[in-house]
Amino acid sequence: MDTKTLEIRNLTVSIPTDRGVIKPVNDVSLEVPAGSIVGIVGESGCGKSMTARAVMGLIRYPGKVTGGSVFLDGREITAMPERERRKLRGAEMSMIFQEPMTSLNPVIRAGKQVAEAVRLHTDCSREEAKARTIAMFREVEIPEAEARYSCYPHELSGGLRQRVMIAMAMICKPKLLIADEPTTALDVTVEAQILALLERLRDAGTSVLIISHNLGVIARICDYVYVMYTGRIVEQAETSVIFEKPEHPYTRGLFRAVTSLREGRDPLETIPGQVPKLRHLPEGCSFSLRCGECTEQCGTILPELAETEPGHRVRCHRTGKGGAA
Amino acid sequence: MSEYLVEARGITKEFSAGRRKTIHAVSGVDLAIREGETMGLVGESGCGKSTLGRLLIRALPPTGGEVLYRGRNITAMKEAEFAPLRKEMQLVFQDPYASLDPRMTVRDLAAEPIETWYPGEKREEVTRRVKELLHAAGMPEEFLYRYPHQFSGGQRQRIGIARAIAANPSFIVLDEPVSALDVSVQNQILNLLKELKTSRKLTYLFISHDLNVVRYLADRVCVMFLGKICETGPTEDVYRHPRHPYTRFLLDAVPAPDPSRRGTAVRMLKGEPPSPADPPSGCRFRTRCPYATDLCAKEEPAPRETGGTVTACHHPLREE
Repeated sequence: MDTKTLEIRNLTVSIPTDRGVIKPVNDVSLEVPAGSIVGIVGESGCGKSMTARAVMGLIRYPGKVTGGSVFLDGREITAMPERERRKLRGAEMSMIFQEPMTSLNPVIRAGKQVAEAVRLHTDCSREEAKARTIAMFREVEIPEAEARYSCYPHELSGGLRQRVMIAMAMICKPKLLIADEPTTALDVTVEAQILALLERLRDAGTSVLIISHNLGVIARICDYVYVMYTGRIVEQAETSVIFEKPEHPYTRGLFRAVTSLREGRDPLETIPGQVPKLRHLPEGCSFSLRCGECTEQCGTILPELAETEPGHRVRCHRTGKGGAA
Repeated sequence: MSEYLVEARGITKEFSAGRRKTIHAVSGVDLAIREGETMGLVGESGCGKSTLGRLLIRALPPTGGEVLYRGRNITAMKEAEFAPLRKEMQLVFQDPYASLDPRMTVRDLAAEPIETWYPGEKREEVTRRVKELLHAAGMPEEFLYRYPHQFSGGQRQRIGIARAIAANPSFIVLDEPVSALDVSVQNQILNLLKELKTSRKLTYLFISHDLNVVRYLADRVCVMFLGKICETGPTEDVYRHPRHPYTRFLLDAVPAPDPSRRGTAVRMLKGEPPSPADPPSGCRFRTRCPYATDLCAKEEPAPRETGGTVTACHHPLREE
C-alpha cells in the first residue's frame, strides 16, 4: 500500500528569458502523506506557487517542467498526455487560489459553476448535479445554501467566495487539495473559519498541500513544513520541530523576524538585504548573499539538503551535517 | 489650544452607490490623536478605516462632522486657507507599485513635493535635499536616477516614505504601509518608520489589518467595525483586556506562530459580516455578537470610559 497521496521527485521548472534560463523551481522533492496537511512556506518569488502549479500541470508557456516527476497516489502524472491529465484535475486533485474573485467567472451563477465541475467528471443529470452542489455548499458551511446557488460571485463576500471555490474543489472528493495562500486575501476572523474547514476536509480523507507566507497559518494547521528560498527547499521538518529549532539561517531569520515583532523588540530583527533575482544567483548557496554565518565555500559550493536528525533536513554548510558533500 | 493634534468630531462619510443605495462608510466617529503619538487603526476590510484616514487629512470631504487640526476646523476652511496646512499632513499608501509614476526617476519622485511646497528653489538645492531624504529613508545615493520598476517592494515603499516626509509634515497617515511586503522586509520598514517618528517628531495614524504590527508600533489603538469605533485605548490595555466582544474575537482569530497552541479551541465568529449599505439598527456588531440582547437592537451603545479605554458596548466584557 502506498500511503503517499503526493510525491514530488527532483522537480525542476525552467523559464527561458532574454537573459538566460531561470529555474523558479529547482530540484524540489516533497511528499504529502495520506491524511495530512503539509505546508510550503517562503517569501514572494521563492517558487512555492510554481511548485503547486507544476503539480497541477498548470505551468504557462514558455515555462516548462524540465526535470523530475510527480506521483499522485503512486501514479506518475508528468508524462501523461494532457487529455488524461485534465481528467485528474478536479476529480483527483484540485487547487484553490488566493483571490477567489479572479478565479470565479463573474457572469455565471456561483452554484452553476460548481455543478459544472460535477457534470464534467461524472455522468449525472442536471438536477442531481444541483442537489450535490447544494449539499456541498452546506458541507462547507455556506449559509442559505439554496439561495446562494443562484448568486453571482460579486454578490458574495470574500469568505463566501472562497467557500464556493473550496466547494468546487472538493465536490468530486479529490485525494489531494492544493491551497495556494487560501486565506491571504481574507480577514482574520474569516481566515480562522477557513482554516478550521480545511482541517475538517483533512479529517474526511483529503490530503492538503497548503502554500503560505504566514507562519501563524502554518503553525496552526500543518503537520509537516517545507521552507523554500529562490526555487529550492532549504529546510524541511515536522511543524513542531521546525518551530522549536529551525536550523537554516534563513528559516531562523524568518522566525526571528516574526517573534521579534510579537515580542515588541526594538529595533525589530530583519534579514539584511533582499531576495536575489533568480538570474543572479551565486553558484553556491543562494542565501549566502544575505547570510551572517557564511564561510568561503558557501558562495561556491551548493550545500546538500542533508538530514540532521530523522525527518529533519537542512541545506546549509554550517548548520547542516552534509557540509562535506 | 487643544491638547490634540488631530481631532475628528462626529465625522461621517456616505457614498452613494446607485439609486437609493448609500454606503455608510464612516458614521459619526469621534477620534482624537495627541501630538507625537502613534494611533493604530484596526478593523477588517470594508470597515471604513482607510476612509477615516483620508477624512482626517481632508483628502476626502466628509458628509457630516468636522476635523480639527491643531484646534482649527479644517473642514470649514476654504481651499486657499487650507492649502498651507496640506503639507503638514501626508499619506503613505499600501501599494508601492501603484503609487509611484513609473516614468519618473527616484530623484524626480522625491523632488516633486519639494518643488510643490517650496517653489523657486534652485535645482541643485532640490537635488541636495532629495539626497538627504534618500539617506533618511535608508537608500543609497546611487538610486537617484533609477526608475521604480528597478526596485523591490521594500525599496519602493522607502521611496513612498521619502516623498511623504519631503515637505516636513507633522502628521502622516500610513495606510497599510507594510501589508504588501514580505516578513523580512516588513520589519526593515517598521524600524524605519519608528526611527523617523522620533527623529522628525512625527505623529502617525497607522492603519492596518495586521494586529501584530499595530501592537508593535501604536501607543494607542482604535478598533473599527462597520463605520463605527468599538473601542479606543492604550494599545497594551486593549490587547490584554479587550472589553468589546468584537475586539476579543479579532485578537483571538490571529493565528500564533506556535504549533504547541494547536488544538486549543479558537473562538470564532459565526455568520457573515453585515453590509455597510444596510447596517443593523442599534449596535452594528449585534448580529454577530453572542452577547447581544434586545437592548443592542434598540439603542446604539454610547462610548463609555473605563481606565483610559473607551468602549461602545452595552455588555462589555469583564476582565478574567
